[in-house]
Amino acid sequence: MLNRRSWKILGLILGTVLMLVAFVASVALGNTPMPLTALGDALWHYDPTSVNHIILLSERLPRAVVASLVGASLAIAGALMQTMTRNPLASPGILGINAGAMFLVVVSVSILQLRSPAEYVWAALAGACLAALLVFLLSRGRHGELSPLRVVLAGVAVTALFVSFSQGLLIADQQGFESVLYWLAGSVAGRDLAALEPLLPLFAIALLLCICLVRHANALMLGDEMVTGLGINAGAIKLLLGVVVILLAGSSVAIAGMIGFVGLIVPHMARGLFGLDHRWMLPGCALLGASLLLSADLLGRFLMPPQEVPVGIMTALLGTPLFIHLARRGASAS
Amino acid sequence: MSQSLALPDHQQQTSDRRRVISIALTLSLVLLASVFASLCLGSYPTAPAAVIEALIQPAQSDIAFIVWELRLPRILLAVLVGAALAVAGAILQGIVRNPLASPDVIGITSGASLLAVLFLALLTGTLSIVWLPAAAMLGATAAMLLVFSLAWKKGVAPGRMVLVGIGLSAAMGAVTTLLIVISDDAAAMHAYVWLTGSIYAAQWRDVVGMLPWLLLCIPLALSHARHMDALRLGDMVAIGLGVNVARSRLVLIGCSVALAGAAVAYAGGLSFVGLIAPHIASLLVGRGFARLVPVAALTGALILLYADLLGRVAFLPRDLPAGIFVSGIGAPFFVYLLYRTRD
Repeated sequence: MLNRRSWKILGLILGTVLMLVAFVASVALGNTPMPLTALGDALWHYDPTSVNHIILLSERLPRAVVASLVGASLAIAGALMQTMTRNPLASPGILGINAGAMFLVVVSVSILQLRSPAEYVWAALAGACLAALLVFLLSRGRHGELSPLRVVLAGVAVTALFVSFSQGLLIADQQGFESVLYWLAGSVAGRDLAALEPLLPLFAIALLLCICLVRHANALMLGDEMVTGLGINAGAIKLLLGVVVILLAGSSVAIAGMIGFVGLIVPHMARGLFGLDHRWMLPGCALLGASLLLSADLLGRFLMPPQEVPVGIMTALLGTPLFIHLARRGASAS
Repeated sequence: MSQSLALPDHQQQTSDRRRVISIALTLSLVLLASVFASLCLGSYPTAPAAVIEALIQPAQSDIAFIVWELRLPRILLAVLVGAALAVAGAILQGIVRNPLASPDVIGITSGASLLAVLFLALLTGTLSIVWLPAAAMLGATAAMLLVFSLAWKKGVAPGRMVLVGIGLSAAMGAVTTLLIVISDDAAAMHAYVWLTGSIYAAQWRDVVGMLPWLLLCIPLALSHARHMDALRLGDMVAIGLGVNVARSRLVLIGCSVALAGAAVAYAGGLSFVGLIAPHIASLLVGRGFARLVPVAALTGALILLYADLLGRVAFLPRDLPAGIFVSGIGAPFFVYLLYRTRD
C-alpha cells in the first residue's frame, strides 16, 4: 500500500499515465495499425477523403472514449456498492443492477424501437433502479441485516430473472437478435460520439454527487452508528450513494451493454494500492477501471482475429478467478 | 423439523401419512389428466374421442402419427425432464442447506450448456446430433468437479460451494456467449433456443435416453432418504446418528448431477424448475426427504408440461421454447419465495 501522501500522489500520476498509454494504444492498434501522427492530423487537420482519418474519428476514438468512461463509471459504482453493503463481492454486475438496466434497454429497443443511447438511457436508469430495489428488498433479513451470501444470491436471482426475460423477448422477436446479443455480451465498439453527448450530464451529476459525498462514504465504512454519531442521516447518505450507483451503472449499460466484473475487480485493486480513504481510492478506481477496460478491449481485438471478443466476455474471464478467491476467503468468515 | 423432534402419537402419524398419500395421488391424477389434455391440444385440432381411438387402435386412426410420433414423445419428455430437474433441485437444497441452491445457480446447467453449445457450434458437421446429450452430461460432470475442487478447503462448506458455483457459472456463461457471438447466424439461433430450454421436436429416442437416469437415480436418492434428513440437521448430528457423511453426500450429489445433466442434455438450459418445484412440494408435504421427492417430481413434471403446452398452443402458429414460460412463471415466484423465506 502507498502510505505516504506523496506516494499516493505519485500513484495517481502513474495511474493517469497508464490510462493514457492504454488510451493511445487502443486508438493506434487494431486490424489496421495507425501511426500516432495520423491521430494528430485527424484531430487538427481532418481530411474527409483519408480512410485512416475516417477510421480514427468514427471508430477508434469513440471506442476508446466509451471504454474509459464506462470502465471508470463501473469501477466507481462497484466501490460505492462495496462500501454501502460492506460486502467485498458487491458490484453492479453481480447484484443484478446491470441486468435490470439491460432488460429495460432490450425492451425499449425491440418493442418501442428506440435507436440512440440518449433515448433509451432513461429505460436503463429505470431498470437499474428497479433491480436495486428488488435486491435490497430480497437481501434484507427480517431484522434488516444484510448477510453477504444472501445479498449475492438475491443478486444472482434478480440477474437470472432479467436475463431470462430478455432471452424470451429475443427468441420471440428474432429480428432484434443481433442487437440484443450485443447488449448481453457487452461491447464498446460501434458507438457514435455525438450520440453520447446527451449522456454526459448524467455522468457529471454522478461525479458531483460523488465529490460531495466522499467524506460521508468514509464515515459509512465505520458503521451506521458512527455516521449517526456525526449527526448525519445514514439512510439519506446511502440513498444518495445509491443514486450515484444507479446513474453510473445505468448510463454505462445504455452505452455498452452488460460488462461485468469491472466493478468487482477494480475497487479491490484500488483499495490495495491507495488504502480505504475514498478521497484517494475513488480517483484510483476511475483511472484503473478505465485502464482495465481499455486493455481488455484491446486484448479482445487480437485474441482470435478476424473476430473480436466482446469486452464483457474478456472482463468476465479476467474477473472470475478473483471472485472465486474472494468467495473462498470471505464465505468462511461470514 | 418439528415432526422429527417432537414424537407425534400414533394416530397423528397415520393421519399425516394419509394426507401425504392423498396429495401424491391427487397430483398423479392431475398429471395424467394434463397429459391427456395436452395430447388433445395442438396446432391441428383433435377431438378427445379421436385421440383415445388413436391411442388404442393406431392402425385404424388417421391422426395416429400426430398423437404417437409428434405429441406423445414430447409430452413424456416434458414430464421426465421436469421430474428430473425437480428431484435434482430437492437433493441440492437439502445438501447445501440453502433454499436458493439449484442446478442452475451452482453451475451444473452452465457447464452442460457450455459443452452443448461448443458441440452445436463446432462439431455439428462432423458428429451426429445424437451425441449432444453425451456432451452435455460431460459438461455437467466437469462443472461439478470443478466447483467441488475450487470450493474445497478442508471439506466443502455449502455457502462457499454456492459462491464458487456462481463465479464459475459467470465464466462459463461468458465463454458460451462468446461461442454464440462467433458462430454463424443459424447456428447461433439454434444454440440460443437450446440455451433457453426447449423440447421441440422430441422423439421416442430422447424419451428412451432420458428414462434410465430417472429409474436409476431417484430410487438411489430415496434409499438415502434417512441420511439426507440427518444431513439437513447438520454434519455433527448426522455423524452422531451413524451416517457416513462424506459417502452419503457424494452419492446424493452424484444423483443430483446425473439427473440435472440428463435433463439439460435432452431439454437444454431450463432454469427455475429445479428451484421452485421442491419449494412447492415442501409447502405441500413438509421437508421429510422421502415424501418430498415424489411430490417434487410430480410438481416439476406438471410445471414443465404446462410450460411446454403454453409454448405449443398459446402463440400459434409459432412454437415458442418452454423455457420462456418456465422462467416467466418461475422467476417471479422465486422472488416471492426469497422474500417470504428471509430469516
